[in-house]
Amino acid sequence: METLNALPVWSQWLIGFFILLGSVFAFIGSLGLALLPDFFTRLHAPTKNTTLGIGGIVIASIIATSVQGSVTLSELLIAIFLFLTAPISAHIMAKAALHTELKMFSRTRDYRQKGDAYEHEKAD
Amino acid sequence: MLGTILQIAFLLFSLSILMNLWRLVKGPDLPDRILALDTIYINSLALLLLLGMFQNTQTYFEAALLIAMFGFVGTIAAGKFLLRGDLIE
Repeated sequence: METLNALPVWSQWLIGFFILLGSVFAFIGSLGLALLPDFFTRLHAPTKNTTLGIGGIVIASIIATSVQGSVTLSELLIAIFLFLTAPISAHIMAKAALHTELKMFSRTRDYRQKGDAYEHEKAD
Repeated sequence: MLGTILQIAFLLFSLSILMNLWRLVKGPDLPDRILALDTIYINSLALLLLLGMFQNTQTYFEAALLIAMFGFVGTIAAGKFLLRGDLIE
């Protein structure tokens, strides 16, 4: 903790900004996971958690280690890995939810059903 | 200044993990629980990175990387099990 307070002031502002950005976005993502009405709306909330939350924390950690000495980019490995794998796991979970036929929120438009859901068919 | 910001970040991430645990217990379906577990491992990974910054060590970096890899494998395995009813066909 003392070494962090001995850093230059501009880097302290940068690190604090990125830490606050990441933690606030992670909090918003988890709030969406807890409060949104059905699974398909809940699925899109934790995406903010991975990209912006982890991204902000990783950038802050890179700045904090790089200012003290040589530039280290090893934390970027975590960010790149998560950015690669988050869409894959979200896709698998959405396919599993469609497969188990979960109930949708009443305002979700279900494209598997014919009828009024297709607006372009009504047009012609 | 950074000490206060780090404490605020610890508080926010802990509250996030508590909300994810509530979603994990409440359900109501299996994909919700998989999604809650996925979010829990991402939040705990961020907590580990913050702890590494707080104590000014590089020790927790490998643990965070391992949590990222095994969490992804676990999520894919649970999702594939829901999709197929089997992992290795």
